[in-house]
Amino acid sequence: MNGALVRVGWRHAGRRHKLGMVLAYVVLVPGALLFVAPFAWMLSASFQPLGDIFSWPPQWIPKDPTVDGYKTFLGLGETTGAGTEAENPWRWFVNSAFVASSVTALQLFFNSLAAYVFAKRQFPGRDLIFLGFLATMMVPGQVTLIPNYIVLKHIPLFGGNDIFGQGGHGWLDSYYGLILPGAVSAFGIFLLRQYMMSIPDELLDAARIDGASEFRIYSRIVLPLTGPALAATAIFTFTYTWEDFFWPLIIISSPDHYTAPLGLALYVVKNRTAWDVLLPGSVIATLPMIIVFLIFQRRFIQGISLSGLKG
Amino acid sequence: MATVDGRRAPAEDARPVQPRTSGHISTEPPTRKHRRGIGWRMRRNWDAYLYLAPGLLLFSVFTVFALGFAFYLTFHEWNIIEPDRPFIGLENYRDMLEDERFRRSVYNTMYFTGASVPLTMLIGLGVALLLNQPLRGRGILRTLYFLPVVTPFVVVAIVWKWLYNGDFGLFNYYLLKTHLIDEPLLWLADKNLAMPAVILMSVWGGVGFSMVVYLAGLQSIPEELYDAAKVDGAGAFARLRYVTIPMLRPTTLFLLVMGIIGSFQVFTQIFVMTSGGPVDRTTTMVFYIYEAAFKFYEMGYASTLAYVLFAMLFVFTLIQLRLYRRTNT
Repeated sequence: MNGALVRVGWRHAGRRHKLGMVLAYVVLVPGALLFVAPFAWMLSASFQPLGDIFSWPPQWIPKDPTVDGYKTFLGLGETTGAGTEAENPWRWFVNSAFVASSVTALQLFFNSLAAYVFAKRQFPGRDLIFLGFLATMMVPGQVTLIPNYIVLKHIPLFGGNDIFGQGGHGWLDSYYGLILPGAVSAFGIFLLRQYMMSIPDELLDAARIDGASEFRIYSRIVLPLTGPALAATAIFTFTYTWEDFFWPLIIISSPDHYTAPLGLALYVVKNRTAWDVLLPGSVIATLPMIIVFLIFQRRFIQGISLSGLKG
Repeated sequence: MATVDGRRAPAEDARPVQPRTSGHISTEPPTRKHRRGIGWRMRRNWDAYLYLAPGLLLFSVFTVFALGFAFYLTFHEWNIIEPDRPFIGLENYRDMLEDERFRRSVYNTMYFTGASVPLTMLIGLGVALLLNQPLRGRGILRTLYFLPVVTPFVVVAIVWKWLYNGDFGLFNYYLLKTHLIDEPLLWLADKNLAMPAVILMSVWGGVGFSMVVYLAGLQSIPEELYDAAKVDGAGAFARLRYVTIPMLRPTTLFLLVMGIIGSFQVFTQIFVMTSGGPVDRTTTMVFYIYEAAFKFYEMGYASTLAYVLFAMLFVFTLIQLRLYRRTNT
């Protein structure tokens, strides 16, 4: 009798378990379709001529697929050469890639150096400086935006400025302006420091006894052991910089320095109906992000939990 | 993961009771070391300052100085074109209180935040709960829900602008086809629909993030708690109500803080989709700051608005941290 009860309970639990799974599929699969639909439509429409994009009912599968939109988008520089300001989408993507990689590389180096010092060294003023970094993590970017704009404008000896930072545009409309303000991040330092704290001091002491220099300890012991956290922050920084819109919008004025999001957004504002060109552009701007995500998916999600779980 | 080894973080404890390695192996007995002067310790650790220098330099210019400079700007009339930049005391603050557009922008920002943050979190939690089962194709489903998060926001805004198109958009097509509406809606051009439309798009873009964070939170709940609840006869709903949701509290607070900070700064969607219109119905605080600074070149006034945004976020975050402390004790 006892055995029967157990068996009934067991089977019951199993059925309920199955019910939960069925419910999950019934809700999740249509939900996922809704989430993917805008992408699917974007991809499909990017292969349609303008007339078909405007067709009613909408076409989910292009009737006569064409890559003209892609050609027009990537060839914008050649077609609009006559006196108007040149649009060159290739250049936007190269700029985005260059800026995002530079910011990521600089951040990895500067953040990890600072994090190492905060986590593993003791010196006067350390905790005060660290608290200073922490305290500014909450400051929204909009507060520093305006002063930084003015500061960049007055960087001496750049962009036509004299030694007192007057007369030209300084680092506005330049790669320096896009890269340097983002080259260090309090959040990144914090994350890496927390991770480095868990590296045992004994390991570093052993290296010191063997005569390793401090820089060698940082580069050969601490950095390799911080791998997962470095990877997570690198992915975040890269994607964040790639899709950052506000800062480039403010400081960049010449099309030669446009990043991909800026170029696309300004193109939308200027040519409100050129959807046959815009949608291929959107696809091209999205692809690198999705590829990066699919390759580093596990690290990506690890990184989110790494920063999220701490609360 | 912060203090895995069980030691307390030095930042919380300015003077550790038991000094550990100070960078170099000291040959002196530890008691002597404490009597050394601050200058000696600074000189002995000169390289630590060197490693800190690049970060500290950038940080001092672009954050510390900028904060101070912005505060200075709030007391000045600072037009980037005018060479004359007079001190005007609290004039900017007084203007702000009487500024109809400012009030509108605060209301819009609250509206956006109040709707998009809870919705994003609730849907994210629902998806995470359903996904937290040994499903086939779990990884694929998770990826699909997360895709909007990795898509550049400008692109999301462009595509959704098309979906909302009054004449050819997919929304109108399917709503008309299913007879949910009788005539096409203008979505982004309608003064009552524009903000809900922007909110819907932002929820779509944000659900994946809260789902992943909730999944991580769910996986950190020990299985024994559920077993114990089952032994006590708790059904699935009771387990959700009395085990899962309370255990997810830190995760929920984290998402709430991040969500509020993020949505107070909403800008890209507004710039691409509505430019603040129609009749300022989607002019959020950050969009207004942008206009004040880079359309009207009123740097002083824009800085004032930015500082008010900062103050509001600061208060919200403090309240949330207090809540967090209380739930933790």
